[in-house]
Amino acid sequence: ITEVCGAKRVGYFGPAQFYIALKLIAAAQSGFPVRIESIKNELPLPRFMALKNDSEVRYGTPAELHGVKFQVPHATSEKNSYKRTDEGDKQEPKSPPMSPICSPPASPSTYQRIPLSYGYGKSRSGLEQQHGAPYEVRHSTHQQDGPSSGNYGAKPAHCSILNRSLSAEREQQDSSAHYSDDPWRITEEQRDYYINQFRSLQPDLNSFISGSVAKNFFTKSKLPIPELSHIWELSDVDCDGALTLPEFCAAFHLVVARKNGYQLPETLPETLLPEYLQAASLKPMRDCALFDSYSESLPGGQQTRDFSRTEKATAEEVPDNSALLQDAKKDDKQALKVSTVLKTIPKEFQHLTVKTAAQESNALKARPRSRSYSSTSIEDAMKKGEEPPTPPPRPQKSHSRASSLDLNRVFQQNTQAVRSGWLPPPPPALPPRPPVSQTEQVSEFELHPQMNRPPSQAEENSSAKKEVVLAQPPSKPARRKLRTEAQGLETPELSPTINVTSSLPAVKPHLPVQKQSSKQKRAIQTAIRKNKEANAVLARLNSELQQQLKEVHKERIALETQLEQLRPVTVL
Amino acid sequence: VPVSVICSPPQNYPLYIRSVPTENELKFHYTVHTSLDVVDEKISAMGKALVDQRELYLGLLYPTEDYKVYGYVTNSKVKFVMVVDSSNTALRDNEIRSMFRKLHNSYTDIMCNPFYNPGDCIHSRAFDNMVNSMMMQVC
Repeated sequence: ITEVCGAKRVGYFGPAQFYIALKLIAAAQSGFPVRIESIKNELPLPRFMALKNDSEVRYGTPAELHGVKFQVPHATSEKNSYKRTDEGDKQEPKSPPMSPICSPPASPSTYQRIPLSYGYGKSRSGLEQQHGAPYEVRHSTHQQDGPSSGNYGAKPAHCSILNRSLSAEREQQDSSAHYSDDPWRITEEQRDYYINQFRSLQPDLNSFISGSVAKNFFTKSKLPIPELSHIWELSDVDCDGALTLPEFCAAFHLVVARKNGYQLPETLPETLLPEYLQAASLKPMRDCALFDSYSESLPGGQQTRDFSRTEKATAEEVPDNSALLQDAKKDDKQALKVSTVLKTIPKEFQHLTVKTAAQESNALKARPRSRSYSSTSIEDAMKKGEEPPTPPPRPQKSHSRASSLDLNRVFQQNTQAVRSGWLPPPPPALPPRPPVSQTEQVSEFELHPQMNRPPSQAEENSSAKKEVVLAQPPSKPARRKLRTEAQGLETPELSPTINVTSSLPAVKPHLPVQKQSSKQKRAIQTAIRKNKEANAVLARLNSELQQQLKEVHKERIALETQLEQLRPVTVL
Repeated sequence: VPVSVICSPPQNYPLYIRSVPTENELKFHYTVHTSLDVVDEKISAMGKALVDQRELYLGLLYPTEDYKVYGYVTNSKVKFVMVVDSSNTALRDNEIRSMFRKLHNSYTDIMCNPFYNPGDCIHSRAFDNMVNSMMMQVC
């Protein structure tokens, strides 16, 4: 076998030789003669001695089988381990050798749980799989010459998606075996992780993250500033001061690499180029495309939709940073918000609105807003304003950003619980989510997101101690009034004091797009329900914060009295 | 022998300085620094056309020395000064202009980096590479 696969000739087992050898082993085990032609058959995976223990397998099998030093293993293992670390698991490189290399000779491209796959993995790279034992190995259609699309990590769980995308893409992309060793190649797991992180900063995957947001985010990684500066230089290819998704993935990848001890390259590696990443990420992105699909799916040209679309367009200009953007609910409502005031407000909301609109295209898709209140963005305060989609009356999930307007609305509409004062007064005069009426239609969309929002936000609020962030379930700050402007509804410019609920009915008739009224009613009811939930959450939060405030006051008083007591002594 | 220096406007301290032949480097630094005065003079003289795209200073600070000093000011009053050898007659005005333009573009790229605080010294590797390649081209 060694001779046939070419290892003898070249003197080592490169990935190509390795794969061929494995294929030949499988062939031999199946009874086929050991010849090159045999590997063209459909072969089951070769069976190695059952080694439950990864390490045994790792070291034992290869040694038994080949007794040849593998070229790649160690490098790969290092790479793998570093690759995995980005998942946050700096686990001991576990067995599953393979991570990138695994391209078992099996021809069918299916996942197989193979204990023996360890045999393939020469490296100890930690595929930081939690389970040592069988792990899935992606098989790509076997290419005769060798590693079929490498870079498959044995994925524990979410292989399917990755597999799909990977096998399809990688195979074409990787003709040589070297990519598996490449530390600058992003694996699917990593990509997913980066995408999630991106989403936490900016829900719109087609838009970009502004410089300041990204700066705060990457500063968290505790790398020294000059290095971060260099990473930025490398990854921001178009030098526009903002990171698109591929640029962000590249930057994140570099950060991860650096943290794992790799020196930063002088120029951006080819595998981290945005074009490359863009192509490679198409598939995975599809999964999230659902949430981002804006216009197309929108129900018949509601104004809101169009509106959100335009918003989206404009919003895209603005980088979104806030992780706070939780509030998906707003979307349309936000659009309704007074645009003037909102201009300053987070464009992110705009994005949100747009996004929500998109999502809701099917009516209430839950917006994948990142719930990270803990976003590092300095604009958090600003962003906090998002609130869970408010049903007709904007749910005032007072987000930290909670524009004052929202707060007003909240007071009016919701419980009279006083919002903790920590909320930064939002841009004044945000029209109360006026376009409740407009939101009617929107409410359909928002309902779901809102539903999701309050609970999530509640959780977050309780957990995140940030005052600003805690913000109540995102009350969308008066979002764009664009909607109102576009529609010409009167609501947009409504004074904040307008009670949304009351205005709702009034506005309703004005809504240009009046879908089936029954549907709207239902939507409104759902929205109301959601709002109530949100209110409850907010009220709870409020009381908690009040409690904290009281305690803090007590402490302060205690300290002051102490001071007083001490003072006379010193004054002597 | 090109030496380029970028100085931040109000304080006139160098953000970046690089010379190709490393001997006599100090002399070039000194030259550049003194030429800043001339640049300032020109800026204030140009009243209406606030910032001309480029400003050419073709004069010899030291008559004995044969090198030329060129200056360039950006819209944000950041000055670029370049010193070249007079014996390098191949260098024409257009080339100097294009070099300044490249410098300006690279400087803008640096500004886009959120990790860069205006006023810091410039440590960007990309910028270094650009400047080095430019200087190699001239020599």
